[in-house]
Amino acid sequence: MAKFNLNINGEDKTVDVDPNTPLLWVLRDHLNLVGTKYGCGIAQCGACTVHFNGSAVRSCQLPVSSLEGSKIKTIEGLSENGDHHVQQAWLEIDVPQCGYCQAGQIMSASALLDSNPNPSDEEIENAMNGNICRCGTYSRIKAAIKAASKSQIA
Amino acid sequence: MTKKSTTVNRRSFIKSVGIAGGGLLIGFNWLACKRSEEVIVADTALEMPDEWFELNGYLKIGDNGVVTIYSPNPEIGQNVKTSMPMMVAEELDVDWNNVIVEQAPLNTDLYSRQLAGGSQSIRQGWEPLRRAGATARYMLLQAAAKQMEVPVEELSVEDGVISHSGSDKTISYGEIAKAAAAIEIPEEDKVVLKSKNDFKIIGSSRKNVDAKKIVTGQPLFGLDTYKDGMLTAMIVHPPKFGMEFKSMDAEKIKDMPGIKDVFTIDTYPEGLQKQWSDVSAFSKLVVVLGESTWQVMQAKKALKVEWDLNPELTKKIEILEKSAGMGEVSGLESSAIHTSLMADIGSKKAETVRKDGDPEAAFKNAARIIERSYTCPFLAHNCMEPMNFFANVTEDKAELLGPIQTPEYAEKTIQERLGLDLENIDIQMTRMGGGFGRRLYGNFLVEAAVISQKAGAPVKLVYSREDDMTDGVYRPAYHVTYRAALDANNKITAFHVNAGGIKESPLFANRFPAGAIDNYLAESWTLDSNISIGAFRAPRSNFIAGAEQSFLDELAEETGQDPIQFRLDLLKKAKEKPVGENNDYDADRFAGVLEMVRDKSGWKKEDQNLNRGVSAYYCHNSYVAQILDLRVQNNEPMIDKVVCAVDCGIVVNPDAAKNMVEGGTIDGIGHALYSKISFEDGMPQQSNYDTYRLIRHKEAPKSIEVYFAENGIDPTGLGEPPFPPVIGALANALYKATGKRFYDQPYIAGLQDELKT
Repeated sequence: MAKFNLNINGEDKTVDVDPNTPLLWVLRDHLNLVGTKYGCGIAQCGACTVHFNGSAVRSCQLPVSSLEGSKIKTIEGLSENGDHHVQQAWLEIDVPQCGYCQAGQIMSASALLDSNPNPSDEEIENAMNGNICRCGTYSRIKAAIKAASKSQIA
Repeated sequence: MTKKSTTVNRRSFIKSVGIAGGGLLIGFNWLACKRSEEVIVADTALEMPDEWFELNGYLKIGDNGVVTIYSPNPEIGQNVKTSMPMMVAEELDVDWNNVIVEQAPLNTDLYSRQLAGGSQSIRQGWEPLRRAGATARYMLLQAAAKQMEVPVEELSVEDGVISHSGSDKTISYGEIAKAAAAIEIPEEDKVVLKSKNDFKIIGSSRKNVDAKKIVTGQPLFGLDTYKDGMLTAMIVHPPKFGMEFKSMDAEKIKDMPGIKDVFTIDTYPEGLQKQWSDVSAFSKLVVVLGESTWQVMQAKKALKVEWDLNPELTKKIEILEKSAGMGEVSGLESSAIHTSLMADIGSKKAETVRKDGDPEAAFKNAARIIERSYTCPFLAHNCMEPMNFFANVTEDKAELLGPIQTPEYAEKTIQERLGLDLENIDIQMTRMGGGFGRRLYGNFLVEAAVISQKAGAPVKLVYSREDDMTDGVYRPAYHVTYRAALDANNKITAFHVNAGGIKESPLFANRFPAGAIDNYLAESWTLDSNISIGAFRAPRSNFIAGAEQSFLDELAEETGQDPIQFRLDLLKKAKEKPVGENNDYDADRFAGVLEMVRDKSGWKKEDQNLNRGVSAYYCHNSYVAQILDLRVQNNEPMIDKVVCAVDCGIVVNPDAAKNMVEGGTIDGIGHALYSKISFEDGMPQQSNYDTYRLIRHKEAPKSIEVYFAENGIDPTGLGEPPFPPVIGALANALYKATGKRFYDQPYIAGLQDELKT
């Protein structure tokens, strides 16, 4: 066990955990931030996606010991009132079915739009290919990303 | 999210008694009580009332007019948490923006069929939910008439405001709720349900009531449960089906950080009266208990367990239908042996389930016989939220919370397993990160309860993805052989289906094309296995639809007919001169979706530029037809478009229903193209998403169009029906693109073999 200082959603946090503990479990088990989901534990499903210094990463593969000095953003910190334009687009298109993978989808989508405000269909598919949705909401996810892109550019 | 304490000062109970015709007799029994409860409000825009008045078990009205509607059934992503309350709100006549939805508690006295399965929530809730709203409306009007001192016939309601036609008097539901709660419950015949033409909420799209919580990452799912003093438990089950626990070296890991205990539990001890939902391939499990998930995962990895062949499970695989002979497989099973065994058995005579005319003679006299066999592998459900449950079991009571599709049955098992009275068992339903049938089987719930009891602590049981994928309860592996007899004029004179599987047959003997062909024979067989199986989205149909619709496509081609017209002609025959009894489909509705998909897609037989496949199927009381267009690009199919025509009667929430059809279509395509669980010596060869392929963004259809039949028929199923038929449309389109027929799922294997050669 060891102490680690983290910056999550703009707040400084200290946790006392095994250095190998993945960020995913630090968030869920120690910081009460359960929006980041466990789906596979091997970076294959994308349910645990967070922003690491602005990039979309799988938090199940990020040991807590590698995070000092980095800025982490989770779904809970994407916006203050759930009104980030990607979240708004998700509501407008009414994307979710079961909803479990959607936080990860939204974090991947928002990172994509931060770096590429007007992505093509192919760019969306490539950026989102690591996020599985077992319910099959892929068409709506794509529509929501396009709607968010429009509102961002406008 | 705000949390407020409110007071409920009246509480009513509806006793529901099933009556003939699937309706519901509602009797009310008043019990006054005062209790405090916590209300979690998703939308802070709604002010909480000072007092709530429960008019029946489905709803309560606040003194400020805010209405809470309880959604009785488990939510697995089918969106019933929105559509079921919509049906109550419709008859109550309230402004949907003034409605809060809460998941109802498990209460078999208050509600009937609190189950997510068989695509039945809306169909079976249609009458009782509307009646609950209408009954409350009746009581509100009676109370208003009394207070206004006017005849009730002169009152009308709009959006929760009651108006008197003879004056400008109005009164809101909030103002009259207290008095309404004291009105005697009316007899059922006094409460008249709305005419379908007067629907305002039913039939107009309302957004998912949990969407805001979902997109902001608030706790909703079982896995998000964290309670004071709670320990995390994980299980270790045998690595192979057919093995059992022998011994372990628990001491080595007990000293690891955070680890509290290591022990074994029996899943369903001998003599336990099991429910149909109690399925487990493993009689004993190892449990690792600790403070945090990661610590338990690490300890689990370090734990050495010895496994043995289970003598009970080393029996040979037996063909349950004795007439078909015996199979020869040892206790540790392999897919290669399954495949050859199924092909062998599938070529023999099996149990006759239905016979019309004289099929033997027709085959004997045939000018030509077309015979094709189809197979599919086992599948894991792969709900994105792995199996989990919270349990706090003390000496005299059990508190259980988590994702379960069958809480009513789980409650009975817990009663039996823990020896508790039903009233001391509390099961709460969380929103589920997918169900697809897996959470009909509550073994994880029972395990959590037994672990908590043994540990004497509140426990959250968590399956890793690997535990989840290798735990069994799989979609069965199936095999079907179809034969058609043709005369010299290419007319079909007989049809023969021989279907079976491990360890369930996919046959629906009375479904199309039964009833459309004079000489018809349906046979069925099953093979025993150590591998546990369970219902998977559209059980049996999820295989047989694709096979049957591929075979019909081939028959149309062999007889030189347009595949849609070919099916329509058969349906015409089934309607005008049906063969046999008990035909389980409505030929008109079936033909209706085929005609709709043909017209909407611009289907043209002569259009050679498109690789198009068509398919149509009936299940869960609904009809779906799909046309799929694809190209093969870089050895992978690229699906450009799927057009879906659906007849599920009245559509309660159209945009959400469209979402369900889009999702079911993608889900069906994905599993038929990519997914499988295979076995070597009893061990599943796929355990996570690196080896188990699920459809991803790039592979999803570029466009999906959905059309619903508008016929005013009471609603039928929707969660499952879009899944099965698209598999046939996919196989038929793949044939157009490659010139090769696809018989074995997952199709990607055959496609890539084809492209290599």
